[in-house]
Amino acid sequence: MYKIVRKKSLNPTVTLMDIDAPLVAKKAKPGQFIILRVDEDGERIPLTIAGYDREKGTVTIIFQVVGATTTLLNHKNEGAYIQDFVGPLGTPSHLDGLKKVCVIGGGVGCAIALPVAQALHEMGAEVTSIVGFRNQDLVILEDEFKACSDHFTMMTDDGSYGEKGNVTVPLKEMLEKGERFDEVIAIGPLIMMKFVCLTTKEYGQKTTVSMNPIMVDGTGMCGGCRLSVGGETKFACVDGPDFDGHLVDFDEAMSRSRSYAPFERHAYEETCNLFAKEVQ
Amino acid sequence: MPNMRATKNPMPSQDPNVRNKNFQEVTLGYTEEMALDEAQRCLNCKNKPCVTGCPVNIHIPEFIAKVAAGDFEGAYQVISQSSSLPAVCGRVCPQETQCEGKCVRGIKGEPVAIGRLERFVADYHNAHAEGAVTRPEPNGHKVAIIGSGPAGLTCAGDLAKMGYDVTIYEALHLAGGVLVYGIPEFRLPKAIVQKEVDNLKALGVKVETNMVIGRVLTIEELKEEYGYEAIFIGTGAGLPRFMNIPGENLKGVYSANEFLTRSNLMKAYKDDSATPIQHAKNVAVVGGGNVAMDAARTAKRLGAENVYIIYRRSMNELPARKEEVEHAEEEGIIFKTLNNPVEILPTDVTDPRDPGYGWVKGIRCVEMELGEPDESGRRRPVVKEGSEFELPMDCVIMALGTSPNPLLKATTPGLDTRRRGEIVADDNGLTSIEGVYAGGDAVTGAATVILAMGAGKTAAAAMDEYIKNKKA
Repeated sequence: MYKIVRKKSLNPTVTLMDIDAPLVAKKAKPGQFIILRVDEDGERIPLTIAGYDREKGTVTIIFQVVGATTTLLNHKNEGAYIQDFVGPLGTPSHLDGLKKVCVIGGGVGCAIALPVAQALHEMGAEVTSIVGFRNQDLVILEDEFKACSDHFTMMTDDGSYGEKGNVTVPLKEMLEKGERFDEVIAIGPLIMMKFVCLTTKEYGQKTTVSMNPIMVDGTGMCGGCRLSVGGETKFACVDGPDFDGHLVDFDEAMSRSRSYAPFERHAYEETCNLFAKEVQ
Repeated sequence: MPNMRATKNPMPSQDPNVRNKNFQEVTLGYTEEMALDEAQRCLNCKNKPCVTGCPVNIHIPEFIAKVAAGDFEGAYQVISQSSSLPAVCGRVCPQETQCEGKCVRGIKGEPVAIGRLERFVADYHNAHAEGAVTRPEPNGHKVAIIGSGPAGLTCAGDLAKMGYDVTIYEALHLAGGVLVYGIPEFRLPKAIVQKEVDNLKALGVKVETNMVIGRVLTIEELKEEYGYEAIFIGTGAGLPRFMNIPGENLKGVYSANEFLTRSNLMKAYKDDSATPIQHAKNVAVVGGGNVAMDAARTAKRLGAENVYIIYRRSMNELPARKEEVEHAEEEGIIFKTLNNPVEILPTDVTDPRDPGYGWVKGIRCVEMELGEPDESGRRRPVVKEGSEFELPMDCVIMALGTSPNPLLKATTPGLDTRRRGEIVADDNGLTSIEGVYAGGDAVTGAATVILAMGAGKTAAAAMDEYIKNKKA
């Protein structure tokens, strides 16, 4: 059992938790993920590591309440325990030698983009951050991003905060002006990463994406997380989750991510009903 | 006088048309009367060919003699000298190619039903044995076991009985390895596996779940920081193979590992499971081994109308246990042997936002015929020209075998492996690193539970020897 030592709501649907897991905290690196089960009969869900404190022995996870399992998790409070917490899994991000990087975060993906930006900043790299959200209410981690970025741009789809438009708008402007980076690192919804990659490809700008497909074991055993990367089948759990964005087949990944959409919707509604009953 | 009837006592089983809709155990086990009668069929021959057929050399005629005498607990004690998981092996061993394959009674009829008797004895013991296990005197030495499948459990059990302080590290949330994630409930009830794990815990073995060795701790750290004097790697062969044909990443295509893990480990076969699984109408399982049979029979139980086994050789070459093939046929699994898939066909709605996009619609196969024998000694299947055909399908499960997981190799400097990733180990299980042993599928590639157990046993003896010599 793993204790929730801190819980903080970042916006109405996004929650941060620090989990007491000293062995995982000791080894975790940016880009890696963990798998958790909330309770005895729970499903295994992967979450990318959003931070870690090696001294306190805690690992930070940030999740959006989108389905049954994240709803259950969100109902756990500080001091409560979750059943299983395994990691660190996956290959860490390759940041060595990068001097000038554009980090792009979309929605809750910003939670994973942040530790990457922070690590780059600590390494002394020049960090340009572009973060995007649907609207002002959903904005998270703005101050944290600003603190580790040399240049910072906030985008919202509806223009309720920052600039109006997608993250690709300022990215394209920069590339068009001749700006180039050692790497663009994009972390967010599949559709965002797809369009970031389409944008950068035009300019021959190297781009890395962090994939978060459906997984069961997370150790290379089930192959449920497989992706087509440059025409080859790769397992996100062991070969990734970071991949060269220009080689990823995003349409296939988006299709596969909806394998259980009806089941997930049903399970989510059931769980919500359950909690609604408890409240009554 | 031995009972000279030519046939085995048949195994009582659930009716095929009932059991193919539930997940309860297919076979029900012998009654005491059946066991007594079957045991009388053993000739107790002097040269004991059956024992040579057993990878762990169980004293078979001796345990059968005890059964014949009605001393079932005595029979268990005989078996447990050689095997630590008899309730498992009685159910999943390929007896027809091992002990029973060598039985003298098999020459003029059916061999003695050694596997069924083993299961009877183990189940009898589990139902009747009482009293706590006596913990052996600790010898003050620490060993670690990586992986809690049949190899790891056996190795841990043997070392614990010698007095070692044993810790098992398991990557998943539950101990048992392939016995819990791979083999379905209807063939091996999980309560039996849990009982075996509990027995080990009673002996003092510690089980640490959620520990992916190679990531959270390295072998180096286990030796240097945690002070384990010897380490056994029993991490199995978990990496699924695919065919690399078009359409393999469509929705509705699973590796057998994924399909079975969802159903077995994550209990997706239960209505209230939090883990989803596809309930398909037409299912193709590609492959002919035990895992293929398990996947096909699971799909049938999940409600599929038509389940096909697609296998490129003929019925005679199916690598699965005979009993599993028979059970599958009885349950209505359709065998399309001498067929090989060349493409998995997608639903043709092309809009990525449409829910009908990117699902399996069918499978395109070619017919095969058997040519000259290949390096495995089996006749090589060759494609029949112009034999392409299509079958409608909404789920395809690839059961083509597995390779060892590359994680430990990648994170353990100096650990030698072969081309496909199998860990190099000598006859005693010793790897290229001093004090580090390995066995089971991690060394051999995908094989059987009993071979893994044999390897765990051999390694346990070698680890004991190694630590004793180091002391001296």
